[in-house]
Amino acid sequence: MAKKKRTPQEYSADPAAQEMLILAEELGVGTAFHRADEMPPCNIGSAGMCCKNCGMGPCRLTKDGLTGVCGATIDTIQARNLTRAIAAGSAAHSDHGRDMAFTLKAVANGQAEGYVIRDVAKLRTVAAKYGIPIEGRAPEEIANDLADLYIAQFGQQNGKIAPIIRAPKKRQQLWEEQGVIPRGIDREVVEALHRTHIGDDQDPEHILQHAVRTALADGWGGSMIATDISDILFGTPAPILGQANLGVLREDMVNVVVHGHEPTLSEMIVAASQDPEIIAYAQAAGAKGVNLSGICCTANEILMRQGIPAAGNFLQQELAILTGAVEAMVVDVQCIMQALVGIAQNFHTKIITTSPKVRIKGALHIEFDEHKALTVAKEILRHAIDNFKNRGQTRIPDIREKLVPGFSHEYINYMLGGSYRGSFRPLNDAIMAGRIRGVAAIVGCNNPRSQQDYLHTYVAQELLKQDVLLVETGCGAIASAKLGLLLAEAGLEKVGPGLREVCETVGIPPVLHMGSCVDNTRILTVLTQMVEEGGLGDDIDQIPAVGLAPEWMSEKALSIGVYCMASGAYVIFGGTSPVSGMPDKVSDSDLVSRLMSEGWEKIYGGKMEFVPDPDEMIRRTLAHIDKKREALKLPPYDPSRFGKSGDSRVLELEALPLAERQAALYGMSV
Amino acid sequence: MSRYIAKRAIRGANALTIEAELMLQKALAEKGPDTPVSFPNTAYYLPVIYGMTGLEVTTLGQLKDVLQHARSLLHPIPADRHWTPYLGETLDSGMAALLAAEVIEAIRFVYGLQPEPLPGFKLAGGTAFTSPDNGHSGNGDGHLNGPIDDIQLRSWGIQLVDGRMPGFAAIVGAAKSNEVAVKIVRELQQRNILIFLSGNVNGRSIIHQLQEEGVEMGYDTYIVPFGTDTISAIYALGFATRSALTFGGLKGGQARDILLYNKERVFAFVLALGEVDDLKYAAAAGAINFGFPVVADTVIPQILPTGIATYEHVISMPWNEIPGKDDMEKAERLVQKCIEVRGVKVKIARVPVPVPYGSAFEGEVVRRADMRIEFGGKYSRAFEYLRMVEMDEVEDGKIEVIGPGFDDIEVGGHMDLGILIEVAGRKMQLDFEPVLERQVHYFINGASGVQHIGQRDIAWIRISKAAAEKGFNLHHLGDILHARFHADFGAIVDKVQVKIITDPALHAEWLAKAREAYDFRNRRLADLTDDKVDEFYSCTLCQSFAPDHVCIVSPERLGLCGAYNWLDCKASYQINPTGPNQPIPKGRVIDENKGYWEGTNSYAKQGSHGSVEEVSMYSIMENPMTACGCFECIVMVIPEANGVMVVSREDSSMTPAGMTFSTLAGIAGGGLQTPGVMGVGKYYLTSPKFISADGGFKRVVWMSSILKKTMAEELKAVAEREGDPDLIDKIADETICTDVDGLLAWMEQVGHPALAMDPMF
Repeated sequence: MAKKKRTPQEYSADPAAQEMLILAEELGVGTAFHRADEMPPCNIGSAGMCCKNCGMGPCRLTKDGLTGVCGATIDTIQARNLTRAIAAGSAAHSDHGRDMAFTLKAVANGQAEGYVIRDVAKLRTVAAKYGIPIEGRAPEEIANDLADLYIAQFGQQNGKIAPIIRAPKKRQQLWEEQGVIPRGIDREVVEALHRTHIGDDQDPEHILQHAVRTALADGWGGSMIATDISDILFGTPAPILGQANLGVLREDMVNVVVHGHEPTLSEMIVAASQDPEIIAYAQAAGAKGVNLSGICCTANEILMRQGIPAAGNFLQQELAILTGAVEAMVVDVQCIMQALVGIAQNFHTKIITTSPKVRIKGALHIEFDEHKALTVAKEILRHAIDNFKNRGQTRIPDIREKLVPGFSHEYINYMLGGSYRGSFRPLNDAIMAGRIRGVAAIVGCNNPRSQQDYLHTYVAQELLKQDVLLVETGCGAIASAKLGLLLAEAGLEKVGPGLREVCETVGIPPVLHMGSCVDNTRILTVLTQMVEEGGLGDDIDQIPAVGLAPEWMSEKALSIGVYCMASGAYVIFGGTSPVSGMPDKVSDSDLVSRLMSEGWEKIYGGKMEFVPDPDEMIRRTLAHIDKKREALKLPPYDPSRFGKSGDSRVLELEALPLAERQAALYGMSV
Repeated sequence: MSRYIAKRAIRGANALTIEAELMLQKALAEKGPDTPVSFPNTAYYLPVIYGMTGLEVTTLGQLKDVLQHARSLLHPIPADRHWTPYLGETLDSGMAALLAAEVIEAIRFVYGLQPEPLPGFKLAGGTAFTSPDNGHSGNGDGHLNGPIDDIQLRSWGIQLVDGRMPGFAAIVGAAKSNEVAVKIVRELQQRNILIFLSGNVNGRSIIHQLQEEGVEMGYDTYIVPFGTDTISAIYALGFATRSALTFGGLKGGQARDILLYNKERVFAFVLALGEVDDLKYAAAAGAINFGFPVVADTVIPQILPTGIATYEHVISMPWNEIPGKDDMEKAERLVQKCIEVRGVKVKIARVPVPVPYGSAFEGEVVRRADMRIEFGGKYSRAFEYLRMVEMDEVEDGKIEVIGPGFDDIEVGGHMDLGILIEVAGRKMQLDFEPVLERQVHYFINGASGVQHIGQRDIAWIRISKAAAEKGFNLHHLGDILHARFHADFGAIVDKVQVKIITDPALHAEWLAKAREAYDFRNRRLADLTDDKVDEFYSCTLCQSFAPDHVCIVSPERLGLCGAYNWLDCKASYQINPTGPNQPIPKGRVIDENKGYWEGTNSYAKQGSHGSVEEVSMYSIMENPMTACGCFECIVMVIPEANGVMVVSREDSSMTPAGMTFSTLAGIAGGGLQTPGVMGVGKYYLTSPKFISADGGFKRVVWMSSILKKTMAEELKAVAEREGDPDLIDKIADETICTDVDGLLAWMEQVGHPALAMDPMF
């Protein structure tokens, strides 16, 4: 690929990002966008045709009939590479879950400074699912049992991981038949690494079967555990007004950006930032206080629970520093660019690593310990406040948008009927009637190789016009937020007539922000509840629903894609396929692609495809939705039947002078 | 919801809750926390509160908890920009409004302000035994109905469950004109839909409109005026809640189940006439929790997506935009739409008569002053006789009036009348003659302005002046019967002809023939005993309401609702072979004395979905038959007396069991098997098989006086059969005693035979 430099507008669809990228060029500071231009991806590696699993290679299988030194064929190599990526993704999410479980255990035993069990109702509901006694027991006792159960899932060697029982019955049976129910979370990750070692599993279908099991250990294991415990400790999200984009940074306050994935530290920083002692300390330093904001999924965690603003998604981590207004960027795990340290050297910003697992050379390390979390959080904030005086010129883009996140599956259930009548019935009804054509989940990362946010938001906006209800998580959700799609107003202005009726009835944005990337399990729960509510078939694969990750880049995304696929969803990834092969040059180099598409669809009813063109993504999404509608014998999608609900007429009436209003009350004479 | 509705409903709910709080504060200060609060004649406390929260409110002080709960359900009004979702929040606020409204009405009862006074108002009388003007409140006319009591709920029960009464319409506000108000209620009445009235627009209520137009309101006409404010609409939801508790076997506090029961089974809707204010929006939001949609005749936001209700939630049909050549047509369309939105199943037979026709008119009374003519009663003789004849002897649709019409009779006069109905059909059986003949009462009564009482040769028919002015004549009696027999019994009868006989000679001749037939049927009925048939019949008519209850109907034990005996079931099976009445082969006898057969046991288990294992046909002590909620009487063991008491549902007084009928009904109903308690049809009392395993009728030690009175002849015969002609006089009633000590003293005094019988336990 030729080195062609793109313009800031080509780098990102987000005007705030564009402003910062122009600044970066003025300052001569490089970012991931620039590096992506300068670093063309290895075309052999990106097609999955390179094996470097042993010292006999790396072997590049670029010609027909070539095998690795060991004789491994291209499909074996692709399957192994993919499986290793999935193992890493599953490991990342699950390790996050493990840390949450240890935190819960510590909280239950009174050993975690500053934490409490915020959502006792959810604790009881979750514990009851596993038969943990709840009646007459203190929350701490229940939490202790649940923590023990969850901790045990990681090291369990045999049987089934506990949360599997939360899937639809029919799906569990299918997994049982396919032999893909995870035995223990760690075991599947370890076995994935073992099987892909030189000279082990060399049947691509068999390797992929284990990839599925490893991914399920994430979606119905580690990630689900992480979400459950986050809700129990920090509260189950409910809608709250927040804002997003770099414009949330403040000139007059100490800006602390938390970035990464886990809520444990960031929640404590939220608490510490509101501590009078810290506020006084900040004021003494000449600031009005501490302005906290987030990047990436840490942002999502504190945004949906506390309304703390999101400064941006993955590709904005460097751009936030470019504003010159960030005193400290506090990071924990996952998706943290090493480049942060380098870019921060141009400004006063301190990069503070906190996880025992993550250190970056040149960053300040203040290790987080849940046993003294509040103390650590305050220490971090003091560092930031102390740094305020070093701030130079700032360039904060005046761009921010409001959003309403917080759509946990618990709240969705509530919002569709209140305390007494909450259920998924209205959602299922809307799909069955055709007001909602289908549901799409748009999730996943940013990728500097495509225009930031463009694929996410283009696909999102087009699907909304087609009456597809969207649920989003992670960096995709922040992309939509920046465009105002996470506001209820968008439900009146930016959608088809049927979806509009539903949005107006419930008062929701047409894009429901369901949390961080680990919270994709909430989507699994929603799909399961839709099945249980009835009318949309008896398993997830029958629901008119599609999962999309248009700008994916992380290994976690691959794991998410595969567990959603194995749960019955059609999953479409944008960008490049790690298993694309070069079928025009090397025959059979698309065998694994086909296995993941037609092959998996036969087994799981779901499939996973890589589609770079957004219009094709939309076309396939709608075709799949319509196919599923037809299979359920639902009426074909016909937007002309809907749109007669709403306030508009009565608002016109109210605008009339009183005398006319009285007359108009009974309508126009015909 | 829509944001507009959310705003107004939440605002209304907040206001109402505050109002309730202030009223309660004042009442607590003035009356004290221990002041009893209750609605009349209900076992369900304040029913919406009881159903939704499980709180058994009996004193003013307890209302504080209710309002605290209501407050916890309230939410802020959605913002004008960047609002957060409001549907769940509005429904919750609506529920808060309902709780607050019920609290307010309860307090008003304490102050004697309910039922609402309305000078000059008179509730329709007749058979209503619990209308306030018919007894309990004792002050006669001058006020509206207030809440419907348990007794009326139960007596409507069978009609609600078998679909004759498809549901209820809660009308709130005032119609565009009096004429429209009348038309709307007539349209609903014709479809047998119960009509509940409340609310007003600028002080004017549909109740005023109907009153001015002389429309009779009361239980008997299916039009129940609750009150002229919106708050009184809570009584409609109290009725709905109690339907679930009474017939659905649900308990207080099972809020979600109660609401879902209503969504699935109670076909009700709200019709908002005139401008909708905050309070009406709040009440509507509460009603939507029950799955009841709202239809308005003004411009309001429409909510068309479904889910909380089965179909659309809110429909706006601005009056001027309803197509129709005049207001009458518009009213018709409006009612049509309501029915469509709720998915109400309405069966109506088109009956070609010049007056409105429907079950809602069955209870209408024609007073002497309004009467054009009467047949039967004190001054003349009327009879009706239905007989089966050969196919070729009937010319279908032929209706003859033989003899003079009533044109020459003076207004308010009388004449003799005979109604001879001849039917033929391949499936017709001699046994079905009485089953069909009994329908004449309901069929003729359905005509507005025509009243039918009695049966056989004690029939008594009145035609009102209004009906006669509209052209109603004797021929129309035949038209009604022809239409209805075809509509309702088309599976049995293929051809129907009717002779209306006024000619004196012919009248005498057919009266004699009819009497012969009655006599023959009586003997046949006396002959028809449980041991002479091979099959009993199931009756699961109520299962749409009481899912686990099954009646087993035998020749000597009729259905507990009193509406279905063995012959009725047999005929019903002929009409609809896959319907609610199925033959149950008795199979092998297990215990003849207690009434166990293999067939009945296995059916009971299957029909109750496993909730009942065995059922004894003749014992109250061991596996008694279950009941839905529509029973005519409750039989309950009084252990101290070694006997049973029988309480009529028309009796609201205290009983020796220390509970009133309403409270007892909670134990007897809902498909639960409770040894020692049974809900039964009143004619079962006269059966030789009445608790025969436990000693039979002689066990009856106490009985509501209304039963003694209304069944005097039948009971006398039973006493003779039991070999103790004075037995009925030895049975105590509520005028003699309402406690066990009094009962025992009475039994000693009269020497009741139960004292000397084997111990029941």
